[in-house]
Amino acid sequence: MRDFLYKIPKVWADRHSTEQASRKMSLNAKDKEAVRAFWAKVSGKAGEIGTDALSRMLVVYPQTKTYFSHWKDLSPGSEPVKKHGKSVMGGVAEAVAKIDDLNAGLLNLSELHAFTLRVDPANFKILSHCILVVLAIMFPQDFTPEVHVAMDKFLAALSRALSEKYR
Amino acid sequence: MVEWTECERATIKDIFAKLDYDSVGPAALSRCLVVYPWTQRYFSKFGNLYNAAAIMGNPNVAKHGKIILHDLERGVKNMDNLKETYADLSVLHSEKLHVDPDNFKLISDCLTIVVASRMGKAFTGEVQAALQKFLAVVVSSLGRQYH
Repeated sequence: MRDFLYKIPKVWADRHSTEQASRKMSLNAKDKEAVRAFWAKVSGKAGEIGTDALSRMLVVYPQTKTYFSHWKDLSPGSEPVKKHGKSVMGGVAEAVAKIDDLNAGLLNLSELHAFTLRVDPANFKILSHCILVVLAIMFPQDFTPEVHVAMDKFLAALSRALSEKYR
Repeated sequence: MVEWTECERATIKDIFAKLDYDSVGPAALSRCLVVYPWTQRYFSKFGNLYNAAAIMGNPNVAKHGKIILHDLERGVKNMDNLKETYADLSVLHSEKLHVDPDNFKLISDCLTIVVASRMGKAFTGEVQAALQKFLAVVVSSLGRQYH
């Protein structure tokens, strides 16, 4: 590995070696700080974020409706969508609080998704994307590229924790 | 052949009519380079990309972002013929630039997010669906000539 490193620009080599050091978890201290700070700003609107993200997901990715065939009304902003959006964002809030150990912290949710809900993990990526779109709409000034990358990494880590128990 | 509804056509044209290309293009590309740093591999000649501030302020990135948006406009004007519209660019990205086509999806997502932040509430689920369908077809056309 060392032999290969000398050929790439020093800037990349420096970044690579610091990343190797924090390789235990994908989220480094800077990411966690950014997520906590941004969440503090937006958590007041968590319900609205969840409703919009879920509504949007069902419209933009109609295949996701297959998980909600038991709902009477799948239209944007409907009662079941609002209720479930709030639920989902409750999970996100819990993840922010337990950001230092998502696997342990989200054990119950992970078992729920693995054994009861059995949502295909590809859909976590889809919902994460919709959440990011809503954040961009609702907080255009605060959702800077630095915040975006931290939130993207966080939601990916959250998704991984949720699929921990799948197999 | 991709089928477009009248609503989708109108939505796409409307989105692009309202966009400030010279602002959105640079914003989308620089966001992509920050959020997915491995994409920087294709821009080693662009100068300082060391951190987010450097990327956002880099004039080469800005210039290239504008080019990308103007090329997307070609697609908006030729929605029924995207495969042919992007054939040359596909060859370029494959043969000369050697860009992994999976990267097209990444910049596509960043562009969606930038457009969302500019349009605000007007970026409804239906608008998002139309834009994502358009970008998906563009991305597919760009990957067509790879072999």
